[in-house]
Amino acid sequence: MADQPTATERFLQGILPENPVYRQLLGLCPTLAVTNGMKPAITMACSVAFVLVCANVVISLLRNLLKPHLRIVIFTLTIATFVTIADRVLAAYLYQMSKTLGPYIPLIIVNCLIICRCEVCASKQGPFVAASDALGQSLGFGLALASIAAVRELLGTGGLFGYQLLPAAWPDWVIMVLPPGAFITLGLLLGLVNWYSARKSGGSI
Amino acid sequence: MNYIIDIFLIALSAAVINNFVLYYFVGICPFIGVSRRVDMAFGMGCAVTFVISIAAFLSWTITTMVLIPGAPLSSFIAGFFVSKEAAATIDLTVLSYIVYIFSISSSVQFVEMYVRKFFPALYKSFGVFLPLITTNCAILFACLTIMSNVAGVENPADAWDLGRSLTLALFGGLGFTIAIVIMSGIREDLDLCDVPEPFKGAAITLVVGGILALAFMGFTGVDSGLRKAITPGGEVAMEISVEQVQTAMIEPNLHQQIRGIND
Repeated sequence: MADQPTATERFLQGILPENPVYRQLLGLCPTLAVTNGMKPAITMACSVAFVLVCANVVISLLRNLLKPHLRIVIFTLTIATFVTIADRVLAAYLYQMSKTLGPYIPLIIVNCLIICRCEVCASKQGPFVAASDALGQSLGFGLALASIAAVRELLGTGGLFGYQLLPAAWPDWVIMVLPPGAFITLGLLLGLVNWYSARKSGGSI
Repeated sequence: MNYIIDIFLIALSAAVINNFVLYYFVGICPFIGVSRRVDMAFGMGCAVTFVISIAAFLSWTITTMVLIPGAPLSSFIAGFFVSKEAAATIDLTVLSYIVYIFSISSSVQFVEMYVRKFFPALYKSFGVFLPLITTNCAILFACLTIMSNVAGVENPADAWDLGRSLTLALFGGLGFTIAIVIMSGIREDLDLCDVPEPFKGAAITLVVGGILALAFMGFTGVDSGLRKAITPGGEVAMEISVEQVQTAMIEPNLHQQIRGIND
């Protein structure tokens, strides 16, 4: 496996060069749905990280037993098991948050990000590389979620984590915490990231 | 009469007011990825509507017969192995996610094989989308909404029956088709526009999606207004089911919560 990336490369790639949200456009459903506040966004990022790390390690241990035509089913069943665990834990210790996140925790099962990482990395490389890949990807996912949530919550309510930051005269842009704000914020941030990386690589924009 | 109004309002709510794509953000991947041409978008929409209805039927049946506390099938089986009292309280809802995803992926497989064998023309038109649909959040989301309205209600009489569940699925799929077809129509014109370089592709699609969501927000409150208009004296009795529909929503709760912190 000389041509496969090493653990460190996998970890670093997840953060910006292959950022799941801004570069690969994966897992957009939770990205848009739970980013109207920092708290739900970070809870979601932690749940995704837990599921991704566990699923990647398990798939990586099973990788020699996988049959090509059945692998997607195995992936989804493994992911579903860990999502059930995450969902029960959230319901037990963070009941209010689990009510707020509602159906979006079980929807992690069909999050393309996790299936994609199982397919690209875990079904080809060992558990250590798979774990570091999962950590890098979930860190990148968490950063993306936090950046969107910060913009939306700051403009929408004038604060972060529920603490008022902007002066009281700030008119709350309620639209930012409603569904349209999610689309527009992600669209603009995506354009910003594209512009920045094109400028950095010497593009003529 | 109440039942018909209920069905009508669930249909309206699923199709336009709380549109799957533009309100709940499920099924965003095909919304961004496949919505380049109107005919492809329409094919995708039809395929999703078809699968979502089958999945809704399966998930309603499984939830009512097997998963909820005291479900007939599971307590019948448990009656053989443990005491009758224990069998009556058996609760398998913790297994629901695994069961749903398994039933969705197997039904997609079967639908694909059946369509390929008996409707080759249809298979050619939307067969390519079928495997993708397994990982479409909209299908699982419909199953979860049905589950929260069957297993999550306090009063067993409020639990959704098969008709309500199928209405939600069918019109949710219709709402998905509406959103993705409008989007692909806009994108066909967008190709001719001079979009700034960094915004080409997904970024401008998301911004356009935001404007579409803004337009669909105009439907907010139509359902409760209609309910009051149709049943002048019956608001109090019917209010429960409006809330039922709303428990499945995330946005109002979250919004209230953020507001609550602010106050």
